[in-house]
Amino acid sequence: MIGTAPLARTDAWAARANPAAKLIATLVIAAALLVAIDPVTSGIVLAVELVLLPAGGLRPRALLRLGVPLLVGAVSLGVVNTIIGTGGVWGGLGLSVRLLAIAVPGIVTAASTDPTDLCDALVQRLHLPERFAVGALAALRLLPMLAAEWRTLSLARRARGLEAGRNPLAAVRIFAGKVFALLVRAIRAGTLLATAMDARGFGTGPRGRARTSVFRPGDYALMAGALILVTAAHLVSAGFGTWRVLFTG
Amino acid sequence: MAATEAADGPVGAELRGWGWRHAGREMWALRGVDLTVAPGERVLLLGPSGAGKSTLLHALAGLTGDDASLTGDEEGTLLVGGRPARDARGRTGLVAQDPETQIVMARAGDDVAFGLENRGLGAAEIWPRVDTALSGAGFPYGRGRATAALSGGEKQRLVIAGTLALRPGLLLLDEPTANLDPAGAALVRDVLAGLGGVTMILVEHRVADVVDLVDRVVVVEPGAGVVADGAPGEVFARRGADLAARGVWVPGREPSPAVTAAVPGPPVISARGCGVRAPGGPGTAEAPDPVRHVDADLADAAVTALTGPNGAGKSTLLMLLAGLARPDRGEVVPAGRLAEADPRPLHRWPARLLARHLGTVFQHAESQFVTARVRDELRFGPLRTGTGHRAADARADDLLARLRLDHLADAHPFTLSGGEKRRLSVATALATAPDVLLLDEPTFGQDARTWSELVALLAGLRDSGHAIAVATHDERLLAALADRVLPMAAGALATEAVR
Repeated sequence: MIGTAPLARTDAWAARANPAAKLIATLVIAAALLVAIDPVTSGIVLAVELVLLPAGGLRPRALLRLGVPLLVGAVSLGVVNTIIGTGGVWGGLGLSVRLLAIAVPGIVTAASTDPTDLCDALVQRLHLPERFAVGALAALRLLPMLAAEWRTLSLARRARGLEAGRNPLAAVRIFAGKVFALLVRAIRAGTLLATAMDARGFGTGPRGRARTSVFRPGDYALMAGALILVTAAHLVSAGFGTWRVLFTG
Repeated sequence: MAATEAADGPVGAELRGWGWRHAGREMWALRGVDLTVAPGERVLLLGPSGAGKSTLLHALAGLTGDDASLTGDEEGTLLVGGRPARDARGRTGLVAQDPETQIVMARAGDDVAFGLENRGLGAAEIWPRVDTALSGAGFPYGRGRATAALSGGEKQRLVIAGTLALRPGLLLLDEPTANLDPAGAALVRDVLAGLGGVTMILVEHRVADVVDLVDRVVVVEPGAGVVADGAPGEVFARRGADLAARGVWVPGREPSPAVTAAVPGPPVISARGCGVRAPGGPGTAEAPDPVRHVDADLADAAVTALTGPNGAGKSTLLMLLAGLARPDRGEVVPAGRLAEADPRPLHRWPARLLARHLGTVFQHAESQFVTARVRDELRFGPLRTGTGHRAADARADDLLARLRLDHLADAHPFTLSGGEKRRLSVATALATAPDVLLLDEPTFGQDARTWSELVALLAGLRDSGHAIAVATHDERLLAALADRVLPMAAGALATEAVR
C-alpha cells in the first residue's frame, strides 16, 4: 500500500472499485461472521470469496507472501482450539474457516486500494473529517523514511558497541533508546510536513476537489452482494441445522 | 481567513523595526530589521548560523502567530504587498530544505493539486494549472508519476511546481538545494534561474551556487537587524572577510586547506564480491539492489573516498565496510593489523570489538547518540570496550577540549546545533581510539568553519596512521583530502581514480 509497486494489478476489478464500497463490504462480512461460529456459515462465504478472488487481481507473489502466513495462522488456530478447546474438531474448523473468510476480503481490499483513492472516498463518500483524512494520508508519506531511519538506528547501536546478545534486559533498553530516537525524528519530520502543508494553505477554508470519488453501479452491487451473501450463508446453515452463533453454546 | 485569489504579478515586502523571539527564549532571534524588497527583486539573505534567516522567511510566509507553526513574540511591522503577512498568505509561497517533508501526495499531479484544493478551486480549474506548473518547473514526467520514485532534485522541482501553481507574488526559498546532491542542486537552480514575474527571497549557505540567481545580498546578524545590503560584489568586498570568518561560504573566500597527499599503506579492510539486496517486505517497491558487486580495499594511513550520485550505493557500501551490515553476497574481511584482532568477517565481530577498532560517523549525527549527556556520550565507547572509569574521563575531557565542546559537557546531545552535533558524533567515534574511521557525508550541511575543522582533524588522523573512509559528494572535501577515490554508480564501482 505504501510503495510504488502495488500488491494487486491496477486494472483488476477490485482496484477499480470504490474504496469506501470495498471497506463497507469487508466490514459487513466481518460483522456477520464474527457471531457465527459454525464452519458451514463461514465456509459458504469463504467459498464464494475464493471463486471471486481473481477479481481481486492480487499478484502471485503478494498472494503467496500474504496468503501463506494467513493459512498457517488459520490452521494452527484451528488445531490448537481442537486440542485445548471445548468445541472439538468442529469448533476448531469453525475458527479456522471464520478467520479466513473474514481476512480474505480484508487483504484484497488493503492490497487493491490506493491510499489517495481511499482518502478521497473516506472524505467524499463517508464524510470523514477532511483534516484528519488528508493529514493521515500525508503522514503515510513519511513511513518509508522512518523505516529507513529505524534500520540506521540499529546499525548505529552496533557501531557504538551496543548489542543485546542473550541479555533480554539489555535488549529492552536498546529497543527503548531506538524508539525514543525514532520518535524525535518522527516529530521533527511531522512538524516540517505540517509547516509545508500550512504554507500551501491547508486548513484555511473549505477545500476544493481535484478528484471525485463516485459510487458506480458495481460498487452498489458489491455492498449489496456482501449483505446478500452473509444473509444467505446464515440461512443455508440454519437450514442444514448446523447454524450456531456466539454465546449459544 | 480564507486566502483570497489576488491579482497576479510580483509583490514586495516591507519590514520596519521587526523582531522575533521564539517562545520560551530570552534572546531575540532577530531585532530591529528594516528592509524593503521591491516587487520582482531577487534577494539572497545571508548571515551566520542561528541568525534567524529561516525565521524571517517563515514570518514573511505568514506562518507566525498563535495558531501557526511558529510561536513567539513579534515586534515592529512586517508587510507583504502592503498587507500583514498573515493576510497575504495567498500571495506567498515557501519552499524548504528537504523535499521529503514537503511532498504530501503519492502522485506528482495530486501533489501539485493539493495547494489548489486548499484554495477551494474546482477540478476544472485545478488540472490546467497543475499542468502549467509542472511544465514551468521543468518536471520531466506526467501527473501520474509516483512521487516516491523521484530523485531528490526531481522531488524539489515538484515542490516548486506545487508552489508555483498557487501563482505566488513572493517566493521564499529556505536552502532549497541543501539536501540535494550536485546534480539535483543543478536541476533546482536551473528552474529558479528561469522564473519570472515573482519576487524571490532566498536563504542558502552554498553562496557560490546561487549568487548568479540574485541581484541583491542582505546580511543579517543574530539578535540584530540588517548589517549589510547591496549588490553581491559590493557586499562581499565589504563584509566578505567577516562573513567567511563566521562560517559563511563566501565566494572566493572558501577555505582551501593545504593538505599533503599520503602514500596509502597496506589494506586493513577488504570487501570481496559484496552485494546487498534491496530491503523487501509487503508493499515496498521492487527496487534494484543498492550494492550489486563490489571488490574494494581500505588502505591504512590514507583517506579512501566513495563518491557518486544519491542512490549509487555509497552509504550501503560504507555500512558493509564498517562491519555494521551483513552483505547478502560476498564478505568484508579484516586484513593486516586489523586481522590480528579477529580474522573473522567484520559482520561477525561482536559489537564491542567492532567499536574498539572501527569508528563510524553517521550522516544524521542524532542516529548514533545513545546517552542523555554530551560527556556520557564520549565516555560511553571507552567504558563499553573495557577502558577504566578514570581513563574514560580523561579521554572525554581531551576530546571535549579538542572539538570545542567543553562548554556543552552537560547538555543533551539532541539540543546541540548542527555543527556541534557533527563535532560530537566525530568525537564519539574517536573516543575508543579506533584504527579505522568511516564517515557518511561528514561535511553535509556544515558551515565553512566546521568544515575546515573537520578537514584538519581528518588529515591529522590519517597522518598518524589511521585508515579513513568517507562517503561524500562534497567536491571540496575530495579535493582537499581524498588519497583514493572509488566512484560508484548503480551499486557498483566505476573505474578507480587515484589522486
